[in-house]
Order: sequence, then structure tokens, then C-alpha cells
Amino acid sequence: MAVAPLKPYKTWVVHTPPGGHGAAQRFGGQVLEGQGLAAFRGERLVFSGLRFAVPAGGAMLLLGPNGAGKSTLLRLLAGLVRPEAGSVLWHGEDTLADLPAHADRIAYLGHQDAIKPGLTTAENLRFRATPAAIDTALDAVGLAALADLPARMLSAGQKRRLALARLAVRPAPIWLLDEPTLGLDAASVARFGAMLAAHRATGGVVVAATHLPLPLPDAVDFVFGAPA
Amino acid sequence: MTLFLGLIARELRLSVRHGSDTLAALLFFLLAGALFPLAVGPAPETLARIAPGIVWVCALLAALLPLDRLFGAELEDGSLDQLLLCGLPAAAVAAAKACAHWLVTGLPLLLAAGPLAVMLRLPPEGIPPLLAGLLPGTAILSLLGTTGAAIVLGARRGGVLLPLLVLPLAAPVLIFGVGAADVGASGLTTRANLLLLAAMFAAALPLCPLAAGAALRHAAE
Repeated sequence: MAVAPLKPYKTWVVHTPPGGHGAAQRFGGQVLEGQGLAAFRGERLVFSGLRFAVPAGGAMLLLGPNGAGKSTLLRLLAGLVRPEAGSVLWHGEDTLADLPAHADRIAYLGHQDAIKPGLTTAENLRFRATPAAIDTALDAVGLAALADLPARMLSAGQKRRLALARLAVRPAPIWLLDEPTLGLDAASVARFGAMLAAHRATGGVVVAATHLPLPLPDAVDFVFGAPA
Repeated sequence: MTLFLGLIARELRLSVRHGSDTLAALLFFLLAGALFPLAVGPAPETLARIAPGIVWVCALLAALLPLDRLFGAELEDGSLDQLLLCGLPAAAVAAAKACAHWLVTGLPLLLAAGPLAVMLRLPPEGIPPLLAGLLPGTAILSLLGTTGAAIVLGARRGGVLLPLLVLPLAAPVLIFGVGAADVGASGLTTRANLLLLAAMFAAALPLCPLAAGAALRHAAE
């Protein structure tokens, strides 16, 4: 079979449901903006000409098929991937100009839990967090009783909850979540919903890629088209 | 600065938890050094002649052992992203890693080098210049090794590639390090050799973390 030539994906259509921009006005303007973003994955153009804006306290859900570029967009927003074109603005300032300062605003939850099996549950959160913050965060995800257990003893769902706890140990205004509820039970999803609500109540922004329903009321959907 | 020290503390805590990995480099150093008297014979004059070379080559190889997992484990479990997003520049993350590598591998090697040199019958006047050379020497190896580990990160056979990349770069360190101990053992001044080693350390200290940081950013993309 002949190898098909590399083709760029289609440019994406942004569906903003009615009320999306109204919500923006209520919260007093957009804080996180993407302007004309384009990114390559290897040799392939994953997306281009992508625009969006999220207000303070707002949430944006990234929806679409596998390989459409949802995770790439999250990594791009985190400053881990450099955009080929366009810019990401936070309160109107270019975030790529000062990556360490931007990293300070970010709480990123990737596919992987980034948990060290040799450390205990609490020690996994210790870098960059005070003991009090660790206790509160473990309480929020229901792992307080397992704080001194080595992380290798945790189940897959408990590891995911520990990764979620990392979001809460340090105040960061932008939460970037890649499939956050993968492997979680219903009670944990409900607890995570409370964390998300508390974060948004303080004006925090959530951008989440997901295939599962998330406890994010009035989130704006951002639908990626199918790969061409 | 608090973050930088926090990152080093995290690395040290991880090394303590994985004690066997940490000790492996030190035991390799002692065992490999102990093989030489068996191979070349116990004649004191022969051993004393090659002792500095043995100590240095064994230290060089032992320092390479933990490099394979230095960033590999972080990349596999997603921690690398978290490290790059910890608020430190990527170069500072690499510098903290190099610093932790020296504390966990370089410093124990430095402490074990004295007893090994005595075992190999190095004359007593050769031991201070040997250790004085190993002090900047192991630090340079940690810096070069961290850079190499960051560069081969994500490569399919990174573990094989790493020594091929780092060992040639470490050759000048080896030459002047062994030179210092040789010259010292014959009672002459070691100043030139040690100053050259210090100069190499001064060059590696800012350059290696910069290169390693750029490589880490590239690996995370």
C-alpha cells in the first residue's frame, strides 16, 4: 500500500453555545486568550488558526476525537510546547515571554499521574507545598487516611486522585486538565466537582480535555474537528 | 532559591528511598578497583604506578551508572512536565539534578577514592592531589553527565548512546586529573593540573545546565 502524503488537519470550528459570551461579561472580561494558534506534532500540522477566550471563573471543555490535538493544546497552554504561530495571552500579556512566571500560574494534570511509587502519598506532594496545604488537598480528594502509605500501594484510581490533589496544594489560577476523571468512581468525581467549583469561585480558569462528562456547570465547549 | 533547594531535597529523598540504586554506583567503583590487583598482580610498584588511573577510570564509569535513570524515570511517569512547570527555568531544574547527582554519586565516590587508592598502594603523598583533582573532577562529571542524559532523553537506545556522548567529553578531565595525582606522587607541584581542572569546572558550571535545560524542553515537546 502506498503511503499517503502528509496532510494538514482541517481548521477547527469553535462552537460557543449561547450564554458563553454572556458569562464572560458577567465575570468582567476574558483572562485567558488564544490567538491564531497553530501546532505541529512531528511533521504533521495538528491545528492552525485556533482562537478562544476564557473569562475569569470560566471553564472550557476540549472535545473531539482522538488525535485531534486536545492534549497538544493543553501542553501548548502550559508552555511545554511552543506554538508554530499565534500567541497565548493571560490578562492581555504574552505568556511565552516569561515561561517560569507563566509556569507559576499553571497547575497541569497530564495523562500520567507523575507519582513516585517510592515516596509516601504525602511526600509526593511535598515539593512546593506546606504541610497544612498537603493535609487540606489530601482531604479534598479523600486520601487523608492514606497520607503515610507508600504511593506504590495505591490503586490506579487513588493515584489519579493523588494527582488531582496536586492541583490544590498551591494556588494557581489556570488549571489544565487532561482526562482528569479517568478511572475515578462516582464519589471521587463528586469531590472533584467541589474542588473545581471552589477553584472557579476564586476566579480561576479551567481548561479540560475529556471524553467523559465533567462536573463543570456552564462550561464552554470547544469542539475539535475530525482529522482530515 | 527555596524551590531550587526543595528540588534537591526531593531528589535526595528519592535516592534514599531507592537506596540500592544509590549504593550500586559506589559498590561498582570499589569492586572494579579491587579487580585490578587480581588482574595485573599484587606487585606494589606496578600498582602504585597505575593507581591514579584506576581510581579515575573507575570513578568515571561509576558516575555514568545512575545517569540512565536520571531523567528517564521522570519522562516515563510524567514528572518531567511537572518539573518544567515548577516555576524554575529549565536550566535551573537541570542544575538541581546535577547537584543532586553529585551529592548522591560524586561525593560518595570522592570519599571512597582515598581507601581505594591506599589499597592500590598509591604513595601517601599522591593521595591529597588525587582527591583534590577528584573534587572538581566528579563535579564536572555530574554536570557533563546531566547534559548527556538530557540530550539522549527520549532516544530509543539512550543508555548506549549516553557513554558514547559523555566519555569523549570527559577525556580532558581524566587526563589532567590523573596527571595531578601522578605529578603529586613523584613529589612535584600539582598546581597547573589542578588549576586546569578548576577552569574546566568553571566553564562547565554555567554551560552544562543551559544545554541540559534546552534539551529537557525539547524532550518534553
